[in-house]
Amino acid sequence: MRYMMLIHHDEVALANAPQRELWADYAAFNEALAKAGGGMAAGERLQPASAATTVRFGDSRTEVLDGPYADTREQLAGYFLIEVDNLDEAIAWAKRCPSSRYGSIEIRPLAESYPRPDLSLRRQDG
Amino acid sequence: MQIEGNEAARAAERVARESYGRLVACLAARTGDVAGAEDALAEAFAAALHTWPTEGVPHNPDAWLLTVARRRQTDALRRRTTRRAGEEHLKMIADEIEAAADAPDEIPDRRLALMFACAHPAIERGMRAPLILQTILGLTAIDIAAAFLIPPATMGQRLVRAKARIKDAGIPFGIPDKELLPERLDAVLEAIYAAYTKGWAEIGDAASIALAEEAIWLGRLVVGLLPDEPEAKGMLALMLYTEARRAARRSADGAYVPLEQQDTSLWDDSQIGLAEALLKAANAAGPSGRYQIEAAIQSAHVARRTLGANTWPSIRALYDHLLALSASPVVALNRAMALAELEGPEAALAAIAPLSADKRMADYQPYWAARGHLMARAGHKAEAHEALTLASGLATDAAVRHYLRGQIAALVDG
Repeated sequence: MRYMMLIHHDEVALANAPQRELWADYAAFNEALAKAGGGMAAGERLQPASAATTVRFGDSRTEVLDGPYADTREQLAGYFLIEVDNLDEAIAWAKRCPSSRYGSIEIRPLAESYPRPDLSLRRQDG
Repeated sequence: MQIEGNEAARAAERVARESYGRLVACLAARTGDVAGAEDALAEAFAAALHTWPTEGVPHNPDAWLLTVARRRQTDALRRRTTRRAGEEHLKMIADEIEAAADAPDEIPDRRLALMFACAHPAIERGMRAPLILQTILGLTAIDIAAAFLIPPATMGQRLVRAKARIKDAGIPFGIPDKELLPERLDAVLEAIYAAYTKGWAEIGDAASIALAEEAIWLGRLVVGLLPDEPEAKGMLALMLYTEARRAARRSADGAYVPLEQQDTSLWDDSQIGLAEALLKAANAAGPSGRYQIEAAIQSAHVARRTLGANTWPSIRALYDHLLALSASPVVALNRAMALAELEGPEAALAAIAPLSADKRMADYQPYWAARGHLMARAGHKAEAHEALTLASGLATDAAVRHYLRGQIAALVDG
């Protein structure tokens, strides 16, 4: 299955983090992801939420607002896409991601137009 | 005669259930689609009702049902799938049907995998037990709703949503690897034990008694499928110790009988014997977890009441151990009751004093009942009266309310 891993950071905690260590960890993580073959090409880091603009349709007109969609402590900070067998493997990647120490990672399966492949034939798991 | 008839019907149901859970697990494990598996199996049962009366019951009914249900699954997939994307998948399924036809007697037991999927951390905690009861035992949403005191329509919707979640989120069907197993098994055991305690709480209710039996059946299944897991044995032992006392919990006229006053000749010796054997095997296998300790406490109560042994020191030590594992107020309360036997009610009251600041205790019935009994024993009548009155008001069981009112009256008279 393909999963979008949405990284939400506590921007204050991130700013206070030891930067060199954090990005070294990230480099190692990206390498591991590429090596496992599960990491799909797409994965990007976003600028802080202070750079966000939100367009919202309401009262029959569109409004352009400065700031992020929701003014919460944790903000969408980036994403990566993975293709793995199941949710447990996605959870394992989320735990490994250095960002999990500075916020949360939301795991969202992609909407697929075909059914999930039958893994039970290839795996002996009980 | 009526009761015997019901028992025979229940026994027959249980045999059918063995097949039901196996077949659903087998069908769901390959597609990740629990609802689809149940639908396919229901169609296969309908086909059986149509075919077997005229053509006779097949040599291996389970294999017959499985083959028909798999065809239904394949048909359903074909209807939903665009030709190209599904082709490979359909071929795999066709191969599998052939393989199954070659070895009709071997239906792999995937029930444990299904239970792990149902108790996955991505499933809402309160829905794990209902999901297991439905998918493994085939209980209807109506039966489950009755036991969980939820409107049937609500329970039905929640079950549908939970099954959709298993499929959509990609929750795996399998035995978790070593690293994850303890925590995942704990979730499975917690769900089964939650079903048991639901069945234990409402004493006279037929749906509840049945639910307790189903939970014990599931406990046996897990022990059978994971024979090396001491906590699974510990939980089954705990359920059996408790269940063994069911007949003694109420007097002939329906009044509540506390453990100390129960007639031990009404305890079920065979269930206690089985529990003791399980606990011994569990303890031999490795370090003690929550269920093993709780079962050991029950074992100590049995020794105390049936042999007259003073096991209060071990009971307190076991509660100390349990408290170190989980600092729950329930454990603290029970530990205090053991302490009262060893060091008197004042020591026990001092031990639960910190709980009075815990906001959750304000409407927690066991807290007020324990406090009331300890206050009464210590001779603090006014405090005892207040606590027992609160406990009586908070009690949901009429027999317990009646018992507590008796205690309050004794306080006034004595």
